[in-house]
Amino acid sequence: MSISVIKPGLLDTMQDLGRYGYGSLGINCGGAMDRYAAQLANMMVGNAVQEAVLEMHFPGPQLLFEQNALICISGADFSPSLNDQPLPLCQPLLIRKNTILHFPRLQWGARCYIAIHGGFSVDEWLNSYSTNLKAAAGGYAGRKLEKGDELISKESTIYFPALMKAGKDVHALPWRTATNSVYQFPHEILFVRGHELDALTPAAKDEFMQSNFTIHPFSDRMGYRLKGPLLHFETPTELVSTGVSFGTIQLLPDGEMIILMADHQTTGGYPRLGHVMAAHLPKLAQLRPSDCIQFKEISIAKAEEAFFAQQRDLSILQTACYDHLNALVCKQ
Amino acid sequence: MQLPYTIYPLGDAAATISLGNIIDEHLNDKIIAMQQWMLLQSFHGQRDIIVAYSSLTVLYDPVLIKQQYQPASSIFEWVAAKLTEAFEKSTVQPQTPQQVIRIPVCYAPVFAPDLATMADEKNLSAQELVNLHCAHVYRVFTIGFLPGFSYMATLPAALVKPRKPKPVQVMAGSVGIAGAQTGIYPLDSPGGWHIIGRTPLPQFNARGEQLVRLRVGDRVQFYAVSEEEFYVLAAQEQGHITQ
Repeated sequence: MSISVIKPGLLDTMQDLGRYGYGSLGINCGGAMDRYAAQLANMMVGNAVQEAVLEMHFPGPQLLFEQNALICISGADFSPSLNDQPLPLCQPLLIRKNTILHFPRLQWGARCYIAIHGGFSVDEWLNSYSTNLKAAAGGYAGRKLEKGDELISKESTIYFPALMKAGKDVHALPWRTATNSVYQFPHEILFVRGHELDALTPAAKDEFMQSNFTIHPFSDRMGYRLKGPLLHFETPTELVSTGVSFGTIQLLPDGEMIILMADHQTTGGYPRLGHVMAAHLPKLAQLRPSDCIQFKEISIAKAEEAFFAQQRDLSILQTACYDHLNALVCKQ
Repeated sequence: MQLPYTIYPLGDAAATISLGNIIDEHLNDKIIAMQQWMLLQSFHGQRDIIVAYSSLTVLYDPVLIKQQYQPASSIFEWVAAKLTEAFEKSTVQPQTPQQVIRIPVCYAPVFAPDLATMADEKNLSAQELVNLHCAHVYRVFTIGFLPGFSYMATLPAALVKPRKPKPVQVMAGSVGIAGAQTGIYPLDSPGGWHIIGRTPLPQFNARGEQLVRLRVGDRVQFYAVSEEEFYVLAAQEQGHITQ
């Protein structure tokens, strides 16, 4: 078949850009933690951005290619290697069959993605390929990958066989993209103010804006717990449950904060100090336990601008990738 | 209807309209009316609507809104204007007499790890506690936390108890109490509600025609069944699912 899982990683799941439209039934959005990296990987191999990608955590899986494939690896750098040859990130790669992709060392980041030309053929549940582990639905049988699983591309035609040079396991297509601007200043997290921010004591508000907070080991796809000075309100605030979103910074009764991430539930009852702006969610998704962050406020209008700029870059990249791939196909 | 409301951003891709910080049927009716209006008048880039007790949240794609409508204001202000319109133009449908959905619950100790402790605390016998829980008709105010987890209210004062400080593992079907709310766990999950029984009726089916059993606005009443009846009903449900 296509790609076989020899050894699963810590948490390998199929994800896309999220499942929308079922929030009122308690079915959460989910989706890739780093949606920038997920989109980028798809674009580099000529896919629509909504295709499923494989999201991996360190230690990553060992994958056997049983067929030639065109893939792109993006997001975290787990030193991707084909047999023993290091592979570049954010570059389209033609992989020869009977080779093994593995991830020997964690260099940077927390979540690494693989897209395959044509898109992974996985379960679509409620209009999304994202894996909902609680509902055991969507993605690869609604669960994380296990030994022996077979990943198949929806596209059976393998392009560019002529580019596969004899004796070489991989051929990198000659274009790549730099992602520095998305992940720079990893510790500076900009937020839009939350509805209960002003209920903090003045001292707590200063602490929130000026202190360093550390990501706690009990952090996962649902949320990041933060360690740092405890924050308190002028008067204890009791809220009935309301909607929450990816990036919402909640203050728990014990004075600690939690940032809701991709697998957050649909509603929450804790006061909201802020919401991490969308353009900073990718770099937040690449932080790991014991990494430090500092919060800085930004206006809603500026946050929107930052997100538009990031998406504009991606759409330019998408056009460029299509053009490059088309040019290659025409040359054949 | 003159209700005060506030609209605020929930980040740069979601906005909330809140009618107050209370559990109230009239506010919840208005929220449902707004949800219906938003779904009928849905705009390009509208991703999802989250209905809560007394608030409605719209999740949106700011890029699609910008491309489609090119607002002069921020995207948030554009969405806030939509929410204002939903508030002003939606009308609460006159109440039709609604059927009460009856849910069987087995309150036997094997399914009710917290019932005895709670009864002691409240100076009630186990039977009195069960009778109280079954005597009232509850309304589903919101669904959240897990797929199909319905938050029902309002419990009689004698059964109100704040949730546990630390969550424990809870089995699917467990019926719990937290504050003035009662609810059913649709799946096995960690949870902080006090568990007083279990229903054999599945609340969520990922592959079913109907994903969830209960909807916001539903009226629900529990009735007690024995352990034997529980297993008979559970087997029947199993049959329905495998058919």
